[in-house]
Amino acid sequence: MGIANSVLDAVRTEMTRYPGSYPCKVGVRIGEMAAIDQDALRFCFEAMVLETDLASLELGIEVCPRRHRCQVCAREFVVRDYDSRCPQCASLETACISGDELELAYLEVEEYEPGTVGAKSS
Amino acid sequence: MNRVPLEQKVLNENDRIAAELRARFQEHGILCLNFISSPGSGKTSLLERTLETLPRHDRVAVLTGDIQTENDANRLKRFHFPVKQITTGGTCHLDARMIERHLADWNLEDLDLLLIENVGNLVCPSSYDLGEAAKVVVLSVTEGEDKPLKYPSIFFKSDLLVLSKIDLLPYVPFDIEAAAENARKVNPGMEIVKVSCLTGHGMHEWMMWLGERRRAHKPLVQQTAS
Repeated sequence: MGIANSVLDAVRTEMTRYPGSYPCKVGVRIGEMAAIDQDALRFCFEAMVLETDLASLELGIEVCPRRHRCQVCAREFVVRDYDSRCPQCASLETACISGDELELAYLEVEEYEPGTVGAKSS
Repeated sequence: MNRVPLEQKVLNENDRIAAELRARFQEHGILCLNFISSPGSGKTSLLERTLETLPRHDRVAVLTGDIQTENDANRLKRFHFPVKQITTGGTCHLDARMIERHLADWNLEDLDLLLIENVGNLVCPSSYDLGEAAKVVVLSVTEGEDKPLKYPSIFFKSDLLVLSKIDLLPYVPFDIEAAAENARKVNPGMEIVKVSCLTGHGMHEWMMWLGERRRAHKPLVQQTAS
């Protein structure tokens, strides 16, 4: 819930730079080591935008695998099943370079149709 | 349709406050540790034993987080070190702002060590930086030895694993070597100590780790200050 709230805060802050537009989709990047459950995040996000100005906002989630770089041969590789051994030289001296992301990647904004901004419904 | 890149952390605001706290801890030479575990793994017992062992004049303070009640603070206050309870009122983790707020009326110049006991939860606390120098994860032998694989994030981000309640090993089917191996699969650099807060077994190793961290922290501070 706190994460969903932070995403929505960031969207609202960012939208102050785009007067005359509304946000359609926000993209979030989540590392597989970030301890974020996608379904729980989506559920909280949807509950929090419901019946607000952001009701039509879509959430895009991109999952990033854990990646290591070999300290010996510099090969970069995806770690599967917690096996952090270098697939090239079999060294165990490898260091994590990504996989704990919790980042805002992008925001898709659309301009309001001319005449609809500030238009009052009759 | 226009797609604009954002490229910022989701927990930007928390990370900003945590960075400020970290800078303040550095400035005052305070080692801050963030203790995380499932509810009931023995974080409070470990802190009780720790406070009991430390000399009376030691410059130590504790912040302890729970959803409700002052119970943990009351347990820890017996040792005459400054202790403050943070009741989150429902939130399942501590965040940097809570730490900042609860530190407000303590004089950081009087402290060398700040121990933060997070809310019992293996998931959300791992996302929230509190400005600590290291996270310590506690896993008791009444839990599963595959917990590091099921909840990898916190094991990945912690410097030390405390395997607790080892006095119960004869009575539970817990494979302590498998637990250590699983933790090192997730985090190859993980240091591990095995303790029983009931019998005091392993407390010496834990206090050695803590002492070493405190010593290692000090020169670093003096170096950056000069």
